[in-house]
Amino acid sequence: MALKITRAGFLASVQGAERTGFRHAGVSSGGALDLYGMRVANVLAGNSETAAGLEITSGTFRCRVARSRVVAWIGGSYRVTVHGRSIPAGRPALLGEGEELSITGPTRGCRAWLAVSGGIDVPVVLGSRSTDLRAGFGGWQGRALQDGDELPLGGNPPPAEQLIRSLVHARMAPWSAPFVWSSPAEGAPHLRVLRGRDWDQFEAGSQHSFCSGEFVVAQDADRMGARLEGALLRRLHETDLVSEAVAPGTVQVPPGGLPILLLGDCQTNGGYPKLAHVITVDLARAAQLGPGASIRFREVLLPEAHQLLWQREQDFAKFKIGLSMHP
Amino acid sequence: MKITALGDSALIVRFAEHSPGGDASKLDELLAAREAIERAKIPGVLECTSAYTTLTLFLNPAQAIAQGAPLHGLTGWFEGKIAAALQSVAPKGASARSRQFEILVCAEGEFALDLPDVAAAAGLTREEVLGLFCAADFRVSCLGFTPGFPYLSGLPKQLTMPRRSVPRTCLPAGSVAIGGAQAGIYPTTSPGGWNVIGRTPLSLFSAEKNPPALLQAGDRVRFTSITLAEFSAFGQEPGPRGS
Repeated sequence: MALKITRAGFLASVQGAERTGFRHAGVSSGGALDLYGMRVANVLAGNSETAAGLEITSGTFRCRVARSRVVAWIGGSYRVTVHGRSIPAGRPALLGEGEELSITGPTRGCRAWLAVSGGIDVPVVLGSRSTDLRAGFGGWQGRALQDGDELPLGGNPPPAEQLIRSLVHARMAPWSAPFVWSSPAEGAPHLRVLRGRDWDQFEAGSQHSFCSGEFVVAQDADRMGARLEGALLRRLHETDLVSEAVAPGTVQVPPGGLPILLLGDCQTNGGYPKLAHVITVDLARAAQLGPGASIRFREVLLPEAHQLLWQREQDFAKFKIGLSMHP
Repeated sequence: MKITALGDSALIVRFAEHSPGGDASKLDELLAAREAIERAKIPGVLECTSAYTTLTLFLNPAQAIAQGAPLHGLTGWFEGKIAAALQSVAPKGASARSRQFEILVCAEGEFALDLPDVAAAAGLTREEVLGLFCAADFRVSCLGFTPGFPYLSGLPKQLTMPRRSVPRTCLPAGSVAIGGAQAGIYPTTSPGGWNVIGRTPLSLFSAEKNPPALLQAGDRVRFTSITLAEFSAFGQEPGPRGS
């Protein structure tokens, strides 16, 4: 029942739902950096939304399965093939016994998420199967995947069994997820932001630069966050702040003036001024920011962020109903 | 009390301005408020954390709306629920239950990387620094930085020492350190910019345990100095963990 990693590539790890309930102990929420995309990939593969899948970052990743599975992936512009046949993002496909799935890229974006029917069946640690790479627990042995790893898979859920039978000849389902969900990477994205607690502490020029200028992701971008290079953002007075909670999406500005956009593996608390927060529905695009990517920020208001989030949940519920009605 | 948004999926409840050195009664109030919010089981609240003078509620807005919260005016709805929950704070609750821990610390040899610097800055001997440190009553303000890392208030004023200008890329697990007016313990090997004065053989975090962290906010901590021989012998007998 295993998924054999024949090539792990640059960085691949078991990721799925976020880890909630342990922030008070200093444990990051983590999970797939595009939590929503992982949910989409899971339901495409016939899994529950919270099943664990794989997060792949750059390079060439290859795996095989011991018995037939439905696979679906979402993410940046990767070339994904099963036994040489190209599989577009957001399309459920059959991965037959002994066939190889290959993921190579990206030409745009940064990460991809792969759902395999049955889900990666690693133990739930502190409420999640996701790997905490920094702290070294969860997922597969608390670490990034290596060539030759054999990951346990759960049994195919009934929807996946059905799909496997119906895909025997076609190999790939005729339906797919909406493009914006399955391919969130954009050339130069605008990320929508809300003002942070310390917005008013920044010089007017810096506020303006933040919302109008271009920022480029620095080399040291990882699952914790992305350092951004661009206009230096200055506070009116450099006073020390008391540490308080930060969250994925928080844009904090250390004394040097270059902002850091925090992602899923960020620490639970931070003492740097919080200039802004990327809204939740745009975290999918934030998760596609690799070194060298350029981005811009655009301010929105909280009711709009909530409206967008609620709308997406409604759309997702409808999408799931649609999937359940396919033969 | 003031409530502000931390993005669209979290709210920060701010109780008071920071009191340097940590005010024990304020910490008790904060932890009691956190318990009250957790007891209230507000729809859409995933978890509630505390840090110094703030509580933070992490939210799933869609879940709250699905359970009856209004899409328009969602923040106001949460504010009302939080205010109602805080009506039932039991101020003595957290304090009465705060636990007392004895943390063993060895300040010999390479374990005490920065003890000479701390002693020099304070104009004290190494022994005097260790004596003051082990006589102090610390309290866990909150956990953070890495899983299980306790921020400890109660550091004697003479031992205040700014963080190192260049953080070390790799501090060993168990390092006991001073950062500004606080003390802390690195549970796992990690980068760190605080001044290391010793090392504890105790395990401060294990993902396999529940709760995973040895300490929690509100706990009282005292350090006890041990020798290198005692440190080395530590893992060979049943540890105090789990007591």
